[in-house]
Amino acid sequence: MSEKKKDELLHDHNHDGIDRRGFLKCMAWAGTGAFCVMKGGVLNSYSLSRLSEISTADMMGELSFVQISDSHMGFNKPANPDVAGTLKAAVDKINALSAAPEFMLHTGDISHLSKPEEFDTVDQILKGAKPKDVFYVPGEHDVLNDDGKQFLERYGKGSKGAGWYSFDKKGTHFMGLVNVMNLKAGGLGTLGHEQLEWMEDDVKHLKHSTPIVVFAHIPLWSVYPEWGWGTEDSAQALAYLKKFGSVTVLNGHIHQTMQKVEGNVTFHTAASTAFPQPQPGKADSPGPMKVPAEQLKAVLGITDVNYVQGQHALAVVDSSLA
Amino acid sequence: MRRSVFITGLAAALLLGMGVFGTGRRGSVTSAQEKSATTEVKIDNFSFGPVTLTAPVGTTVTWTNRDDIPHTVVSTDDPKTFKSKVLDTDEKFSFTFNKAGTYPYFCSIHPKMTGKVIVQ
Repeated sequence: MSEKKKDELLHDHNHDGIDRRGFLKCMAWAGTGAFCVMKGGVLNSYSLSRLSEISTADMMGELSFVQISDSHMGFNKPANPDVAGTLKAAVDKINALSAAPEFMLHTGDISHLSKPEEFDTVDQILKGAKPKDVFYVPGEHDVLNDDGKQFLERYGKGSKGAGWYSFDKKGTHFMGLVNVMNLKAGGLGTLGHEQLEWMEDDVKHLKHSTPIVVFAHIPLWSVYPEWGWGTEDSAQALAYLKKFGSVTVLNGHIHQTMQKVEGNVTFHTAASTAFPQPQPGKADSPGPMKVPAEQLKAVLGITDVNYVQGQHALAVVDSSLA
Repeated sequence: MRRSVFITGLAAALLLGMGVFGTGRRGSVTSAQEKSATTEVKIDNFSFGPVTLTAPVGTTVTWTNRDDIPHTVVSTDDPKTFKSKVLDTDEKFSFTFNKAGTYPYFCSIHPKMTGKVIVQ
């Protein structure tokens, strides 16, 4: 990326890598497909239509993985009568990526009603994806009726508590969190005391330069509390991550892409592979949004993440299924 | 300018008066409802309707999920007085209230959804 692109940051008065114009542009693309690259702490944003202008070297990091979310297998309402078909389209999209991802993250709501056959169908479809390892965290739709027992049996081997765990890939520390259990009346997502204590302990021994990726179903930032789009005790969780130079938080739940940068933390929500939900406050409720059939794939998607070690470089690319 | 302020004030007074009458009228409607014991709570657009249901002892209340998304009906007391299985679209849950009291409840999947049954 030797030559200056039109939308690159030119001035960085706060030294936080974001100018207001750049940030708003990035936000404006949310939902239509945005590509944001953080390099040396500087956020650059491009629309997907300009992806071809970015060199492959910038996109091919040392670590490459893909995030999918909210497949809601079993959903059959007008907003999408064929969620298996759109999940297959997501797998095709993943298999067509130029930089083959090493593994996948699924940020929850795998199933719609926690039925065994719904999980089975997703497992079967994801077997068709080139990356073979999938790391899961549950959504509220995956832990219905049995307090998450089935989810733990299927996907939680070796995890702690309700299914949280961490692992390392090429020097990056990944933390899968659970914030959909024991929700309190009137409240938001919850991590809970036990999980927070585990988090504090889990990152204690890590160097400050270790890149951190946190993934959980419900956003760990306050997207729209009126619709329950936030997590009660996320501030405590983020406090444990303050010392790290690069933190990326990947969530699902709200069925639309959104991005926010706060200091060293980049928050990102992925699109669903099943159906879109309205923008915060733009409808009577956060229920499934019906769009004309030919537009559906344009509002569903996958998220591809590339990490360039040692450069604090992170590329989060949302691609629609269209 | 001054006249428009006066008119606004007059309109406010009128509205206030209507409000008082309205409240009085609403009170009598409520007592009529109590006698006929409304027993239906509908779930629409991620909310319970009516949010507060008042019913006599012995009433069976039935919740119907009319959303495209599953919901639950779970009392907030500990131990829980009632707890539905997950209700998919058009599924129902019923509970009979045999003791007077106030029973707050919520959807355990979407905890922002709350309601209350007052049994008299």
